[in-house]
Amino acid sequence: MTERESYDAGSYVGEDHSPDEAPVTRTLGEEVRGYLLGLVLAVALTVASFWATQSHLIYGPGIAMALLVLAVAQMGIHLIFFLHLTTAPDNTNNVLALAFGVLIVCLIVFGSLWVMIHLNHNMVPMSELMRMQ
Amino acid sequence: MSDSALRVPPAPYQVRPDAGGAATLLVTGHGAGGPAPKRIVVGYGFWIFLLSDVVMFSALFATYAVLFKNTAGGPTARELFDLRNTAAETGCLLASTFACGMASLAVAERSLKWTQITLLVTGLLGLSFLSLEFREFAHFVHAGAGPSRSAFLSSFFALVGCHGAHVTAGLLWLGTMMAQFHFKGFREDIRHRFLCFSLFWHALDIIWVAIFSLVYLVGTLPPEMLP
Repeated sequence: MTERESYDAGSYVGEDHSPDEAPVTRTLGEEVRGYLLGLVLAVALTVASFWATQSHLIYGPGIAMALLVLAVAQMGIHLIFFLHLTTAPDNTNNVLALAFGVLIVCLIVFGSLWVMIHLNHNMVPMSELMRMQ
Repeated sequence: MSDSALRVPPAPYQVRPDAGGAATLLVTGHGAGGPAPKRIVVGYGFWIFLLSDVVMFSALFATYAVLFKNTAGGPTARELFDLRNTAAETGCLLASTFACGMASLAVAERSLKWTQITLLVTGLLGLSFLSLEFREFAHFVHAGAGPSRSAFLSSFFALVGCHGAHVTAGLLWLGTMMAQFHFKGFREDIRHRFLCFSLFWHALDIIWVAIFSLVYLVGTLPPEMLP
């Protein structure tokens, strides 16, 4: 087994250990298991998303919201298991950057929808415009 | 005075008997232990780029959400999208991202054979995804539902096409990485490049999660179930 320091390639944004402890040494088997767990969770959430659109168990108008929740959950799974984003002290910068990114994304998406829905609401319908001419 | 206030900061280096007495730099994120290793800095810089890419995608998502119902009498999302195709694309990309994770482990193990095998699998699955997407786009255009048909289709092709362009760029990068591992070996700078590639590839799958959920699955819901 190679030493922990050699896991410097791949998607390790940072090592996961607290400042007082020695770095956690994980074997190759444990690493593969971590990826497999992420894959299983991602597949489960994907299947749940596709299932939600077909089943009649979920209240109809709530399906879109359920799909949004499942998508956000799967993105979290990908961030943790594939991108190895952790709460370790050496990962603080990455998490803060992500938080800022999420803020901007929410501002753009919800801000655009909010403004455009209000604009649509306040606009004179096309048929009315035609009659005014 | 509390115990933690008296605590001495950890030594910047830890000598590791199991690694032949090699000193390992301890990174705490609080300034102690000196500057972060280059790998951490490279990953952080690329992470910032990826987040800016995500912000660009969010603008395309917002455009699509606003224009979704403006079909100008043309085909709607429910009439166009084939969810079996979307499921196949999703499976390809998810398996590809997993293979890329296996490639990172192969690089960490310094196994050239497994690095090349897993990268090849990653690339082939990415290529299958692209061909499925290209076939779908060609089918839409052939059926008179090209990007110029309606505002809905313009925003759809802009969003999904932009993701497809990223995957294409990623495949070119992947081919470059395979060649560099072959000719230059596991040099430190090549490994940093590969770290950036794997972050890029995983991030593309995260964006695809948003696309298949919010564009394809929400788009094919019956009109009365749409928000």
